[in-house]
Amino acid sequence: MTCLHLLLTLVFAVSLGTPVEIQRPRGVPLTKKQFYEESKPFTCLDGSRTIPFDRVNDDYCDCKDGSDEPGTAACPNGSFHCTNAGYRPMFIPSSRINDGICDCCDTTDEYNSGAKCENTCKELGRKEREVLQKMAEITKEGFLLKQQLIEEAKKGQQEKQSKVTDMQENKKQLDEKVEALRTVKETAEQPEKEAKERHLKAWEEQKAAIRLEKDKAKMAETFLELDDNADGFVSVSELQSHAELDPDADGTLTEIEAQGLMGGAEQVDTSTFESVWPKIKDKYHSESQAEEPAPVETPPDEVKEPVVDNDSEPYPEDDISEEEDEDDEDEDDYHEDDDKAQPTIKTPEKTHEDEEAMPPYDADTQALIDAAQKARDDFEEAEKALREMDDQIRNIEKELSFDFGPDAEFTYLYSQCYELTTSEYIYRLCPFNRVSQKPKYGGSETNLGTWGSWSGPENNKYLLMKYEQGTGCWQGPNRSTTVKLTCGKETVVTSTSEPSRCEYLMEFTTPAVCQEPANIDPSPHDHVEL
Amino acid sequence: MAVISIERMGLLSVFFVCLFFSSAFAVDRGNFKTCDQSAFCKRQRAFKPGQSPYRALLETLELSDSRLTLQLINDNNKVHLLLELYRLQGNMTRVKINELKPLKPRFEVPDVLIAEPPTEPLSVLSKDDNGVVLSLGAESQRLIVSARPFRLDIMEGPEVLLSLNSRGLLAFEHLRLRKDTQAQPEGAEVKESVDGDQQQDEGKKDEDEESNKEEDGLWEETFKSHTDTKPNGPTSISLDFSLPGVEHVYGIPEHADDLKLKTTDGGDPYRLYNLDVFQYELYNPMALYGSIPVMLAHNTQRTMGIFWLNAAETWVDISSNTAGKTVFGKMLDFVQGSSEKPQTDVRWISESGIIDVFIMLGPKPSDVFSQYASLTGTQSFPPLASLGYHQCRWNYNDQEDVKSVDQGFDQHDIPYDFIWLDIEHADGKRYFTWDPHKFSQPKEMLQGLMDKKRKMVAIVDPHIKVDSGYKIHNEITSKDFYVKNKDGGNYEGWCWPGNSGYPDFTNPEMRAWWASMFAYDQYEGSMENLFTWNDMNEPSVFNGPEVTMHKDALHGKWEHRDIHNMYGLYVQMATAEGQIQRSGGAERPFVLTRAFFAGSQRFGAVWTGDNAAEWDHLKISIPMCLSLGLVGVSFCGADVGGFFKNPSTELLVRWYQTGAYQPFFRAHAHLDTTRREPWLFGPENTALIREAVRQRYALLPYWYQLFFQAYRTGMPVMRPLWVDYPKDTATFTIDDEFLIGSDLLVHPVTEEGSRGVTAYLPGAGEVWYDVHTFQKHNGAQNLYIPVTLSSIPVFQRGGSIIPRKDRVRRSSACMENDPYTLYVALSPKKFAEGKLYIDDGHSFNYDTKKEFIHRSLTFANNALTSSNLCPDCNFLTSSWIEKVLILGASKPSKVVLKMNGKETPVDFEFDSSMSVLTLRKPGMNAGDDWTLLLQ
Repeated sequence: MTCLHLLLTLVFAVSLGTPVEIQRPRGVPLTKKQFYEESKPFTCLDGSRTIPFDRVNDDYCDCKDGSDEPGTAACPNGSFHCTNAGYRPMFIPSSRINDGICDCCDTTDEYNSGAKCENTCKELGRKEREVLQKMAEITKEGFLLKQQLIEEAKKGQQEKQSKVTDMQENKKQLDEKVEALRTVKETAEQPEKEAKERHLKAWEEQKAAIRLEKDKAKMAETFLELDDNADGFVSVSELQSHAELDPDADGTLTEIEAQGLMGGAEQVDTSTFESVWPKIKDKYHSESQAEEPAPVETPPDEVKEPVVDNDSEPYPEDDISEEEDEDDEDEDDYHEDDDKAQPTIKTPEKTHEDEEAMPPYDADTQALIDAAQKARDDFEEAEKALREMDDQIRNIEKELSFDFGPDAEFTYLYSQCYELTTSEYIYRLCPFNRVSQKPKYGGSETNLGTWGSWSGPENNKYLLMKYEQGTGCWQGPNRSTTVKLTCGKETVVTSTSEPSRCEYLMEFTTPAVCQEPANIDPSPHDHVEL
Repeated sequence: MAVISIERMGLLSVFFVCLFFSSAFAVDRGNFKTCDQSAFCKRQRAFKPGQSPYRALLETLELSDSRLTLQLINDNNKVHLLLELYRLQGNMTRVKINELKPLKPRFEVPDVLIAEPPTEPLSVLSKDDNGVVLSLGAESQRLIVSARPFRLDIMEGPEVLLSLNSRGLLAFEHLRLRKDTQAQPEGAEVKESVDGDQQQDEGKKDEDEESNKEEDGLWEETFKSHTDTKPNGPTSISLDFSLPGVEHVYGIPEHADDLKLKTTDGGDPYRLYNLDVFQYELYNPMALYGSIPVMLAHNTQRTMGIFWLNAAETWVDISSNTAGKTVFGKMLDFVQGSSEKPQTDVRWISESGIIDVFIMLGPKPSDVFSQYASLTGTQSFPPLASLGYHQCRWNYNDQEDVKSVDQGFDQHDIPYDFIWLDIEHADGKRYFTWDPHKFSQPKEMLQGLMDKKRKMVAIVDPHIKVDSGYKIHNEITSKDFYVKNKDGGNYEGWCWPGNSGYPDFTNPEMRAWWASMFAYDQYEGSMENLFTWNDMNEPSVFNGPEVTMHKDALHGKWEHRDIHNMYGLYVQMATAEGQIQRSGGAERPFVLTRAFFAGSQRFGAVWTGDNAAEWDHLKISIPMCLSLGLVGVSFCGADVGGFFKNPSTELLVRWYQTGAYQPFFRAHAHLDTTRREPWLFGPENTALIREAVRQRYALLPYWYQLFFQAYRTGMPVMRPLWVDYPKDTATFTIDDEFLIGSDLLVHPVTEEGSRGVTAYLPGAGEVWYDVHTFQKHNGAQNLYIPVTLSSIPVFQRGGSIIPRKDRVRRSSACMENDPYTLYVALSPKKFAEGKLYIDDGHSFNYDTKKEFIHRSLTFANNALTSSNLCPDCNFLTSSWIEKVLILGASKPSKVVLKMNGKETPVDFEFDSSMSVLTLRKPGMNAGDDWTLLLQ
C-alpha cells in the first residue's frame, strides 16, 4: 500500500511580506475551504453523498464530482488547486498530481512522485510582472497612438467626405461642360464632313479626267505601234502579229478573229481605232515594254490596311491601355486590353507611288477641319476629366465604405503595405487589399488571399482579418490568410506561418487594437487568495 | 505517403507527372498489372486443371529419420524435380520441390524462419507401385504419395484434410538456356512455356514451335514503357491445394478486402506484390504495400494453414464448389442430403524461387497460430508507450508547431504518447538529418517531450538521396552497399529526395552498417525517446515499373524479382536492430513499417498505408487488421481520420472511437489536408475524442498483457470472432466487429448518421456485459444497440477479469505507478479468470532478467484470488489494487481480504439494478498473493 496520508497541508502564503498560515486539505482553494471541515462528515460538492471526513483525500474516489479527492489523482474529473504564492494560483486536472511532471510552480502537485521540482513561482511572478509592465507600457503608448489614429482618421474621413461632396458638385459642372462641348463638336463636324466630301468628289472627278487622258495617249501610241507600215491604218494582218489578243485563247489570232476585233473592217484609221481599242486594251502587250503590265487601277478606298487579327500576338507594349490596374499577374486582363486597344490603332494611309496623292485641302475646308478637330479635342479632354473625376469619387467612396473599426482606427492601414522577410519568402500584407508571398530568391508572387472580412470573436471581431480566395493549391483549397492583430506601438508584421496547408496565419501588431489601459496596478492579482 | 506534391517536386519527369495527375481521385488501375499483364501469371493461369504430367519416381525414394526425398518427372519434358517432405514438430508438414539439377541455384528465402524447424520422425507404413503411405506422428495422420500422376494427400482417420496437386496444377518452369530463335533449326527440342502443359488434352504431341516463339514474356516483358530483361528466362512455379470440407479461407494480406477471402473465378487472383498504391480502392484483390503468403482454412471441425514461403511476385487463385450456390441452393442440398461436400481449391503461383510449403494442421485456431509462430516468430513485445495514442501529420511544420501541438493535448486534457514527424523534418529528405531552419534544435525538442514523458517518431525511408554532400550516401557508395541495376551500376530511381539510391538490405553487412547509423553519436539530434518509421519500403520507386524497383535489379547474385516481397521486412529488421543496439541491447525498439512479409511481426508495427477519409475506409480497417492478425502481425492499425482528404467531424470522431480499440492507434493526415488535431472541431467533439482516447488508456494494462501473450504464443491480439468461437458458423464471415483478446468484443460504429448497430454476441449459454452500463446480455444473439455520437459498443465476456488503470493521465509513462481496478465479469456459473502482466514497460529486462509480474486472477466459489504465474520472476511495482468491480454478482454480507495469513474486512457497495458489487480500496500491491472472499 503506497499512498500518502497527508490529509492537511500547511499553506504558506506571502502577501506584502506578512506570512499567514492557513490550514486546509491538500488541493482545496481557499474559496472552498468552508466545505472541508475536519470535524464533520464530508458532503460531496454536488450533494450526491456524504462520507466520513477521513475519506477526503484518502486516494479513493467516492464522489462522482471528484470533490472528495482534491489532493490526489484518484478521481478522473477532479482538479487540484495550487496556490503558487508569488505567481498566480491555478487549477490543474487531478491526473497531473504526482505524475512526475512539475506543473505547479510551487511544486505542490508533486508531493509523492519523486520528481525533483523547484519552486519557480517567484521567478515566474517577476517575469510576468515584467511582461505585464511592458505590455502595460505598450498598451498605454499604443492607446495614445490609437487616439491619434482615430483623430486623423476622423479628420481624413471628413476631408474625404467633403472632397467627395465638392467633387460631386464639380462633376455636375463638368457634366454640363461635356454636354456643351459635345454639341459644339457635333456642330463643327457637320460642315467639316460636307467640305471633305466635296473635296474628295472633286478629286475623284479630276482623277477620272486624267485617266481618260492617259488612255487616249496610250491608244494613240498603240495605233502607231500596230501600224507597222506607217500607212495611217492598222490592218488585220498588223493586228494578227499580236497573238495575245486571241479572243478564244487557242494561241493564234486568226484573220477572222482579228477582223472581228476590228468590227469587220479590213483596216481602221485612228478614229475608227477608238472603237477597237476598248476590246484589246486589256490584253495588249506593248512591243517596246512587253514586261510592263497594264496599269491596274487601284481605287483609293481599297488601300491595304493592316490585317486585324484578334488572335495575333500582343501589340507592342505602348498600345496596352494604360487603365490596366496594378495587379498584372492575371494574364487574361492582358488580352482584354489588346481588344480594347485595337480600335485606336491608326491605319497608315499608304499611297501608291503610281497614284497621285490627293491634293491638300483648300484653305476653307482645312479651316473647317481644324475647327472640328479642336472641338473634338476639347470634348475628349473634358470627357476624360469627367471619367477621372468619376474614378476619384468611386475610389473615395469605396474607401469610405470599408469597415475601419468602431472609431475608424484602422483607416491608416488603407492603401499601405507591410512586409516580412523570412528565410525563404517575402510576405506582404496590404490591409483591406491582399496578402502575398514572394520567394526571396526569384520566382513569381503568390496571392495568399484578398480582403474578405473581419472575423474575430463575437465580442471583438476586429482582432482577426480574413483574406480569402488566393491562388489555388494543387489538390487543395484556394490559399487564405488569417491576420491576427495585437496591440503594439509599431505597425508591423511580426510572424507568418502555414499551420495547415495553404492556410496562412500572420501576426500583425498595430496600435489600433490597443485597449484603454485599466487603471489598476499591473501586479499579480492573487489577492483573492490571501 | 504515396502522393506527390507536384509543387514540391520540381524535377519530376513529364511521365511521372502524368502518372500521378491522372489518378487524382482513385487508384489508377492502369499503373498496376493484372494477371493477364504479368506474363508468368498469364501463362500459369492459362493452364487448366486436368491430369498432371508429373509422376513420382518411387524407386528414388529415400527416407532418413525425418526427411523423405523423392524425384518427380515431368513426362512432357523429362525434367526431374526433387521433392522433399518433412514432418515438423507441432503438427506441421513441410513440402519442398526444387529442380533436381537446376542450371544454377534457385532462390530459397532466408531470414524469415527463425530457425531450421525441428523435425519429427517419418515412417513408411506401406508402399506399392502406385504410391507410398507415410505415418505423420501420433495423430493417426497419414500422408499418401500417389505416383501417377503425382499427388499428395494428408489424411486423418478416414478424412482427407488437404491434397496437393489434386487438380494437377503443379508446374515448375525449369531454368534453361536461352535459345537463339533465329538460328534454331526447325524441329529442335521444344520447351513448353509451362512445363506441365497439358498436351494430352489435345490428344497429340504437337510440337508447335511457332506458338512458343510467339509466347510473350519468357525472356523479356514490357509494361508501360518499362522492360524487364529476364536474363534467366521463365522461372515460375505453381501448385494447387484442395481443402475438402472447407468453405472459409482467410489471410494472405495485404488486400483492401473482406475478412473471408472470395473466390477468384472470373476475376483476377489475389496478388501478393509489395506496391506503393496511390489512393487504393477497396474490395478488390489488388496488391498493396505488404505480403504475407499465409492462408488459413477453417470449418467447424478444424483450422489449418498453408504457408507458401516465397518472396517473389505471387498470385493466389481461390475457387469453391459452393461459392456459386445461393442460400436456397445450399438449403436444398441440406434437405435433400446432397452428397457433394463443400470444398475450396487454392492455387499459388510465384514468379521465381522454389516451392516451399508449410502445412499447418491445427486442429484448433490457437494451434495454427502457435505453429506459424514456431516457424516465423511471434509479435515483438512492444514498449508499453507504443500502445498509447500516436499523433501524426505530414507534416508538423517546425519545432514550434510540435511544441504547440504538444501543449494543445495538455490544454485539452487528451493523453498521447508519441508525436510523429514525416519527411519534411529532414534536410531535403536526407534521412538521419534535420531541416536546419525548421528543426534546428532537435535535442531541445526531444528533451521538451521527454520532460512530459512523451516520445517522438521521425521517418527514415530506405531511398537515399544521391548527393555527394550527404554522409549516408557517401558511406553506402564507398561500401558498395547499393542495389545494382542489371548492368552492374548502382540502381537509381526517383523518390521523395529526387534521384535516389536503394541500399541493399538483403546484405547482412549492409544491415549491420544501417543499424549502426542509429547510434546516438551517428544519428545527430537523436535521443532515447526518438523512434523510427520506415515508409516507402516496398520499395517505392516513383519512376519504376508499378512504382517499384525493376525486377532485373540485382541484390548480390539474386535478382530483385526473387526477393521483392521481403525488401521491406529487411528494412524494418535493420532499423529495429539499430534501435536495440543504440541502447546496448537494453531497450525495446519501436519501428513502424508500411511494407512487410512473413516474419515482419518480429520487428514492430505495421499500418494499412495511405487510406482515405471515407466511411468505407474506416470499415475496411477492421478486416485489414484482422487478416494481418491471423497471420502473425498483431500490431496493426489504420490512419485514424484517413490519410487523403478531409474527414467530416462525425467520421473523425467515429474513427477515433474505432482506432482506440485497434492495436496501433495513430492519427495521420496528408500534407494537403486541413489541420485536424482533436480540439479543432468544437468542444463537444473534443470531448468525444478525449473520451475515446481515455478509454484506450484505461485499458492499456489489458492491451499490454495481450501483447505479452501474443509475444509468447502467437495468439493474435485483435481477432475475428471465429477464433474464439470456432464452431459457431454465424461468426465465420463477421468482420464489422471483432474481439480484443478473448474478453472484449467491439462493434465500432462505422456508418454515417448511425442510430444503432446490430452486434452479434457469440457463445450459447454465455453472457456479455456492456462495459459502459454493465448491462448483461445473453450470448448467441444479434443484439440491437441504439447509439449516439458518444457510443462505442464494447462488451466484456462473462467469465473474464480485465485489469484497468482508470486514472488516465497525459501519457502512459505518467500512469506507471497508478493503481489498478479489476473488472470481474462473472459467467452464468459465477466464474471468471484473467491475467495481469506488469514490467518496466520499455526494457528487455522482462526477457533477460525475468523482471516482470505475471499473475493469474481467478474468481471461483465466491473468492477472487491472485496467484503467481511466474514464481521465479522478480519485479517490484508500486501499483496496487484500488477497486474491484464484480459484474453479475449478488450481494454478500461481508467481504474479507486474506493476505499473509491475515484477514481484513473490505468495504463494499452493491448496485442491485445492474448487480454490480464494488469493493472499496482493498489496497493490496498488484504483485502480491491475496484472496478476496465474499461471504
